[in-house]
Formats: sequence, structure tokens, C-alpha cells
Amino acid sequence: MNALPPMIPATAPAMSEAVFALTLVLLLVCPLALAGVALINTGLGRSRSAAQALLGNLALVASSAIVFLFMGATFAGTLPGARGAAGFTFHAAGKPWDWLGAGSPLLHGLANAAPQSQLALLFEFLAVAMLVLLPWGSGADRWRLAAGCASAAVLAAIVFPLAAHWIWNGGWLAQLGINFSLGAGFLDVGGAGTVHLVGGLSALAVVWVAGPRRGKFPKEGLSTAMPGHNASYVLFGCLMALVGWLAWNAAGAILWLHDPLAALPGTAINTLLAASGALVTTYSVTRFRFGKPDASLCANGWLAGLVTSSACAALVSPVAALFIGGVAGVFTPLLVELLELALSIDDPSGAITVHGAAGLWGLLAAGIFAGAPGQLLAQLVGIAALLGLMLPLVYLLFALLNRFVPFRVEADGERIGMDLHELGGGAYPEFVIHRDESYR
Amino acid sequence: MKYAGLLVMPAGFLLTVASLVLFADVARRGTFVVCGLAVVCMGLVLAVRGNMPQRGPSRP
Repeated sequence: MNALPPMIPATAPAMSEAVFALTLVLLLVCPLALAGVALINTGLGRSRSAAQALLGNLALVASSAIVFLFMGATFAGTLPGARGAAGFTFHAAGKPWDWLGAGSPLLHGLANAAPQSQLALLFEFLAVAMLVLLPWGSGADRWRLAAGCASAAVLAAIVFPLAAHWIWNGGWLAQLGINFSLGAGFLDVGGAGTVHLVGGLSALAVVWVAGPRRGKFPKEGLSTAMPGHNASYVLFGCLMALVGWLAWNAAGAILWLHDPLAALPGTAINTLLAASGALVTTYSVTRFRFGKPDASLCANGWLAGLVTSSACAALVSPVAALFIGGVAGVFTPLLVELLELALSIDDPSGAITVHGAAGLWGLLAAGIFAGAPGQLLAQLVGIAALLGLMLPLVYLLFALLNRFVPFRVEADGERIGMDLHELGGGAYPEFVIHRDESYR
Repeated sequence: MKYAGLLVMPAGFLLTVASLVLFADVARRGTFVVCGLAVVCMGLVLAVRGNMPQRGPSRP
């Protein structure tokens, strides 16, 4: 196994024009992953909230992009600012701890920045858009659009820039290899931690703040089944997500690991294998447990495999990628069931499991299978940082935000559906909306 | 209980970071990192339990 390079932009070799052009094209394909996740979010919600869900996906992406321009990009520190590439650093135990970026405000100097920095910035704009979409699916059918946009702004302004600086822009997690001889430092090539783990934790915080859908958990008896309204959206979203993910992981491998072009087919194959392994095992588990395969859980498994590939597709062998995805496919349906039935967590899109748990497993597996000495320890430190700091931070921010912009819609709004309540019209005006038995 | 859990989680993270600073030996460092992660997980379990809605005894 070759030694892995640290993910520190200052150590990156110069980028040729051909590589720049290829990476730009890959990044322009990445929004297909956003479209896939948006379709999945919409399909797993109810039909009476479909238009609000899909509009919400657009509105959240727009909010995050605007706030990231004005605030987040500066704290992420992607474009060098007045202090150069270094961010806010303190020294403890004789080591520098770079904890916050000090980039150029309002993307000043973007046109003259190094090609690598320009592409990294585009990558981060797309990554923050993906991050804010993940909790939106978990709050489906009761989360107000204005509150969703406000939470996207908070994530883009404070939470994502911290993680992106620590991991991608030479922060303290990226420097674990240099400062503490822990492999190449924390590695997260496709955003399994920065985007998916943080997104899954944000989804958990949203579910806690907004509460479950009305009638989901009656005082006694089993929880009420509220299946998604359109399996076709969900499964087609999975196919679109695959295309976006292939481009995303390849672009990440070029940008953060400086992989040669010859390594990219391997990264793409690993991405496909991780998703395939996950689908096959989820199909088998649901077939074994329920007698027939479950379409929405299989979609969750496929997506969980893609999420694991974000961490490890560029680092491991094809067999290892298949195994890692397969493991994600086993625990995804079981964890979705555990969260709903045993822990009373109402997560319509399954983002807590699919993005949070699978992202965590992918990061861990990258440490196990990458083979570099000390890499597993670096991954564990990174997981502890993301899990131990980000969930309390996001919950605190969302609980505060909830006091000013209430997350949960009124009971009547939930009864008639988010489409009629928030938009004044439904996504399927010709359809007869069935009366909900849970409101009797 | 949920606030206690959310406070325990950063404590586990600090334990993990402290192990990097305090120990140079890989085995000790690894042990303390794993302990720190265990504390983070304990805090997560507390927070999840604290957020569970009250339900009747016939729940599975």
C-alpha cells in the first residue's frame, strides 16, 4: 500500500489544465446527487406535502449557497485571506491547533486564486448544499419551510465551515498526521464525515426539536406506519444519486488526495461496488425479515452504500469496498427499524441511519482498510470530534433557532398537509386525498 | 437527561484530544482514544433516552 498524502491544500502539487478541466466537469455533474436526494426526500414523505418538500429542497440549497458566500466560505478558509492560508490557530502542548479558517471575505480574489482553490470552493458549495438537504427529509410533513431555510443558513454559516476547515482546508484534523504521526491525518475524501455524518446528526437534532409526526407514536401499541407516497421517485432518485456520487468521489480524489487520472476508474468502480454490496445485503435482510424485499429500505441501503463510498472509495481495494457497502446494507434496515420501533425516533427519510450511521461506518472502515499505520487512530479521533462536538452544537443552535422561527407547523397544517397550508395548492391537484385514520 | 447526555459528548471528545497530547505511546494513546469515543457514545445514548416520548407499556 502506498503512503497516503495528507489532505492539506498547501502541500498540493500544481494542477495541469487538463486535470482542472476534468475536475470542473466532474463537479458540474455532482448536482445530480443533490437531485437524487431531493427526489428521495420527496418520495418518502406524504403526497399532501410533496410540493412543499420539493420546493424546500430548492429553497434550502439557495439559502445555504447565499449564506456560505457571505459567511461560511470565510470561516472555511478555502480562499487564502489576509493571513494567507493559515487560519485562527492556538498552540497547546507545543503543537499548532488550526481550528477556524480566515479566508478571503465575499470570495474576494476568486478569479486570481489558484485553480485548485477555485475548484475546492465549488466542491464546498456543493457539499454544503448536500448537507442542508439531509435534515430536510427527516423533518418531512411537519417542518415549516421558513424554519428549514433558517436552519440551512445556520448550518452553512457555522457548522459546515468548522468541519470543512478542520478536514479539507488544513485544519487540526488534517494535520493529525504531521503533528501526531497518525497516518495521513483524518481522511474524508468524498465528505462522509463533513457532509453525511454531520447531516445525519443534524437530522437527529431536527427530529428532536420538531418532534414526531402527529399520530406516529400513539400512547399505546405499535407505531403507526406512514409509508412514503412515491416509490418511483425514491428509486429513480437512487439512480440519479449514483451518477452524482461517481463524479463526487472522483472529484474528491483529485482535489484532496491529488490522485492521478489513472486512479479514477478504480474510485468509480469502488463507488459502484459499495452501493451494489449494500443493495444486495439490504434486499436479503428485508426479504428474510418480511418475506418480501422492501423497496424503500432497499433504496435506503443503496444510498447508505454510496455514503460509505464517500469515505473509502479512493482508499481501499474493490473487494474491501464491496464488503464495506455490504455491512452498511445489513445494518441500515435493522437500525431504521430500531430507531422507529424501540427509540420512537420519527425519521421519514432515514437520514439518521443512511447518512449518519453509514458515514460513521465508512470513516471507520477507511481507517481499517486503508492500511496506513496510525490511520485508524486518526479516523477515530475525527469521528470523536464530529460526533462529540457537532451534535451538541447543532442541537443547541436548532433549539435556539426554534424559539425565534418555530420548526413545527400548527396541528391544522399537519392535518391538511404542508402543501395546502404553506403553499396554498397541492402537488397532485387531481388526486383524491384520503382521510388520515390517525387523526380520528 | 438529554442535556446531561449532550454535555457528556464533548467531554468524551476532550478525553480523545487529551490522549493525543498526553501519550506518545501508540497503545496507550489508542486505549484512551477508544475510551473517549466510548464516553461520546454514552452521552449519545443518554441524549437519545432523554428525548424519547413517554409511551404506554404495550410498546414492543
